[in-house]
Parts: sequence; C-alpha cells; structure tokens
Amino acid sequence: MAHGAAHSAGAEEGTVQLHPKAPTIRLVIVGLMILGLIFAPWFAYPIFVMKLMCFALFASAFNLLLGYTGLLSFGHAAFFGGAAYFTAHAAKVWGFTPELALLIGMTGAALIGLVIGLIALRRTGIYFTMITLALSQMFFFFCLQSPFTHGEDGIQSVPRGHLFGVIDLGPTMNMYYFVFAVVMLGLLVIWRFVNSPFGMILKSIRENENRAISLGYSVVSYKLGAFVMSAALAGLAGGLKSLVFQSATLTDVSWQMSGEVVLMTLLGGIATLTGPFFGAGIVVTLQNYLATSSFPVTILTGLVFMVCVLIFRRGLIGEFYASKLGQKLGYRTET
Amino acid sequence: MIFGIPIQALMGQLLLGLINGSFYALLSLGLAVIFGLLRVINFAHGAQYMLGAFAALLLLQSGGISYWVALALSPLIVGIVAAFVERTMLARLYKLDHLYGLLFTFGLALVIEGTFRYFFGASGKPYPAPAALTGVVNLGFMVLPIYRGWVVVASLVICLSVWALIEKTRLGATLRAATENPVLVQNFGINVPLLLTLTYALGAGLAAIAGVLAAPVYQVSPLMGTQIIIVVFAVVVVGGMGSIMGAIVTGYLLGIAEGLTKVFYPEASNIVIFVIMAIVLILRPAGLFGKDV
Repeated sequence: MAHGAAHSAGAEEGTVQLHPKAPTIRLVIVGLMILGLIFAPWFAYPIFVMKLMCFALFASAFNLLLGYTGLLSFGHAAFFGGAAYFTAHAAKVWGFTPELALLIGMTGAALIGLVIGLIALRRTGIYFTMITLALSQMFFFFCLQSPFTHGEDGIQSVPRGHLFGVIDLGPTMNMYYFVFAVVMLGLLVIWRFVNSPFGMILKSIRENENRAISLGYSVVSYKLGAFVMSAALAGLAGGLKSLVFQSATLTDVSWQMSGEVVLMTLLGGIATLTGPFFGAGIVVTLQNYLATSSFPVTILTGLVFMVCVLIFRRGLIGEFYASKLGQKLGYRTET
Repeated sequence: MIFGIPIQALMGQLLLGLINGSFYALLSLGLAVIFGLLRVINFAHGAQYMLGAFAALLLLQSGGISYWVALALSPLIVGIVAAFVERTMLARLYKLDHLYGLLFTFGLALVIEGTFRYFFGASGKPYPAPAALTGVVNLGFMVLPIYRGWVVVASLVICLSVWALIEKTRLGATLRAATENPVLVQNFGINVPLLLTLTYALGAGLAAIAGVLAAPVYQVSPLMGTQIIIVVFAVVVVGGMGSIMGAIVTGYLLGIAEGLTKVFYPEASNIVIFVIMAIVLILRPAGLFGKDV
C-alpha cells in the first residue's frame, strides 16, 4: 500500500544535496518533540494531551501493520477497546495496580490478536481487511452482551490506583507523566522492532511476498507475529486510555474506532514513524473542536478520508519527507 | 413440533431468515459485480442501500410518488449519483493498490450517512407497504404476510435476471471479457471506462432496489446501511467473489442460517454469520465458491 506513494517520492531523490549535519538535525527535531511533550501540560489541557498520546500510540501500533507489513486491518478497535475493558475490569473489580492492569489488557489484546490473526491470515489483500472487520464486529457483539462489560453503560469510575502500589496516579500531573513514559516506551519498542531483522523481513514481505517465500521465510508466521505485536501495543494504548478517562465503553470497540485509526495513520503518513503521532493529533484536535459545534464529526472524518485517498496519499509527514527540505535532511519514506 | 419448537414459530423465523437472506443476496451480488470489474470493495454499498430507501421515502413524502414508481426511480437516482462519483473520483484510484478504493468508499459512506443523520436524525421512519401487498395469506402451516412473500420473490427474480444478464447475454460476455483483460477489450473498440462507470452504477442501483424493498420491512434510518454492510462483507468472504451465483446462493443460505439460530439459540443470532465465516475460512480458505485466495 505504501509502495505506490514511496515510488513517486523516489523520483526526486538524488537531485537534492544532503545537508552535512543532517543526522544531528534529525536528532534535534526528535529531542524538541519530546521536550514539547514534557512541557505540554503547562500550555495545553493535560487530559487532552494524554488522550492525544494514547491515540498516537494506537495509530503507531496500527502503522506497524499497515506501513511496515502492508496489511490493512479494519478491526483494530477490538484490540484497543478489548484491552480497555480488560484493564478497567482488572483495576476496578480485581483491584490490580495500574501497571498490572495494563499488562492484563495487553495480554488480552494479544490473545484476541492471535485468534483473529490466525483466521484472517488465511486470506490476503482485500479479503484480509474484510475478515478483520467482520471478526472485530463479532467481538463488538460479544462486548454488547457479555455481563462484565455492563453493555451500553460500559465500565465506569475505574480507579487509576497507585503505580507499583506507591505513586498515586489520581493527581493529573502524576498520571500525565505515567502516560508519557508508557507511550514513549511503546514508541521505542515500535522503533526497535521496525529496525530489527524481524522488521526488515516484514518489509521484504510487503515489497515482494513471493520472493520472501522463495527465500525460505515462513511468511504467514512473520505476518502473525507482526499482527499480534500490533494488537498488543494497540491494547496498551486502549488500556492506558481507560485509566486516563477512568472508563471503558462500547465506543472503543466499535467499527468507527477501527476507521479512525486508519484515518490517523493515513493523514499522518503511512510507514513513517512520527506520522501517526501527527495524524492522531489532528484527528483528536478536530474532534475536540467539533464536539462543541453542531457540525457532525462523521461528515468531516469522511471528507478528510476522501481527500487523503484522492490527493494526499503520502500524508503530512510523508509529504515533508518527500519535500526538498525533507530530502536535504536525509529523511526517506520507508521502502 | 420440531425439537420442541412450535412449527409456526419455526416457519416464522425461517421466513424472516429468508427475507434477510434476500437482502444479503442482493447486496453481495452488487458487491461481487462491482469487485469483478472494478476491483474495488465498495464500502459505500450500505450507504447506497440506505439512499435507496430514503429516496423512496422522500419521493412519497414530497411528491406522493407510489412504491411502484419508486422501485424504478430510486435505483435510477442512486445509479446516476454513483456514476458521477465513479467518473469524477473513484476512477482515479484504479491504478493504485485496491485498498485505496476501499478507503475512499469508506470515507464516502461516512459522508453520506453523516449527512442523512444530520438532517433526518438517527431514528427510523416507517414506510407503508403498498396497498396491493398488505394483508396476509394463510398457507395452512403458517400465516404469510404478503409483502414479505413479495420481497423473497422479487429479490429472487432480480438476482436471477442479473445472473442471466452477466452469464448469458452479449453485454455480459463483454463485461466478463473486460474483467479478464481490459486492455485487449479496449483494443477491440469497446469503451471500457464507460463499462466501468455503468457497472458501478448497476451495483449501486442493485443496492438501492434492496433499500426500497427493505423500506416497508425495516424502518428507514440513516444507520440501516452500516448495520448490514459488515454482515454482507462476511457473506462475501464465505461465498468468494469469483462467482455471481455463489454470491447469491450464499446470501440466501446465511440468511436462513441466521433465522434458524434465532429459534434455537437467540443469543448468538447476531454473530452466527461471523462464526460461519471463521469456520469456512479454517476449512476452506478460498470460500465456498471461490477460486482465488
């Protein structure tokens, strides 16, 4: 999927001289972004930034699959929302500490990912997408009817608890830096994963599946590995969100949520590491802004989708990478 | 009594299943026709089904236009709108990965549904069945509402006509040839882009007919499309999109399976089609009628 966009980007390569200090500048940009997040609660509403970070992690986990493996899942809400329920249940009913509750959520999401992945990976391409959508909708109905999710009400007033039984996460600032640390850790894992030998094999599968098979790689196992990994990280994001907002509801498992994460990734830039972060930022900001107006979010979401697909397929960061400045700084769209 | 279930109830649910199956068949047929030629999974199919129902409702409310006229007019309107969308936007995506077509039509579905929800609210509105089709007939073993019988017959006739159009006519032969090798067909002097536009309009029109047929059975609501489209996706996965007849047969079969589940294990009735899909994928990944994986 990233294939087509990446190719047209490649046409401009070679015409631009690489800036001599490009790697340093790139490092500084990343450092500035991290600093920005550390000081963000002084400038922005902390709950809003926490929400943004949760969705950024969610979109990055999704991008691991779409951008780096070439698999479009339309069922990631099952992992995000499922983990939100498991984490909320573990924290509220079992009284687990937040880090253990998150671990429960992640494990649950990984298990659902394993089951859905095993079934959906029987097919490829467009069928894979439809199967993930159908199976996540099945999970939605399970959540609707299962008693532990409390149906339409969802799980409410989930305690944030004490981190390791010591640090109270009730105060907003404590929660903020906990979320910050977890999200950064999650992104670091994704970065390491993408640049590992495993990630390289995934990219080779994305580029030419048949050749990867002929080289002796068990392609389905690698795809399944990426799928479960993506599900677990999406689950981490969902669990975190349920602790931030102290609730888990049906919205988190609905197909609209699966669509939103696709949009965030597409808007930010498929197969870029920071793209999903920006995509999530734009979508969450727009939703917050429109929540107070009477204009329906759905229409705008749909319009942005259509425009992105028609004329903005590289996404925000993808366009920057492909621009003269991006080339000069040595950014490359992942190919 | 069969397995402790009164025969009346069993028949009633079977009929309901057959009705649902009629809509699944019509919709998955449209999806298969579009996918066959355009290689696009039309996510907006549910929205077009909803548009069909709404067109009938609005025609009735504003112009007093009857059900029978709406049955012809509403697919025409939806077909023209679809043709416009295909020509101006969708056609630019054919040379890209198929996933972009899915994402574009997903956005389109959101826009259509969001707009209708904004103007008409989320609640369903009743559409009266035409006078000629109201009332019931007693078949002895069950009481059959005439309109429901009409839906089953009408959808069967439409499905078989489309099948015959594609498999038995010269136009259908051209269509199938264009599916196999569009460049070659173009070289024979046939306007393939026009063929693509007409195919998309035909598929959308089929969805709209299903919508008009559904209007008196279910209520007309902006949300009726998404509720059904995900199930239809599962139907399409089970049937495999390689065969037109496969799509039709699978639609009816899964509708009946859903109806039967409502009798024996109602809790599972809204997931049974997904469960069947999972089982089929494990046993026969290409689908019941599919050739390609």
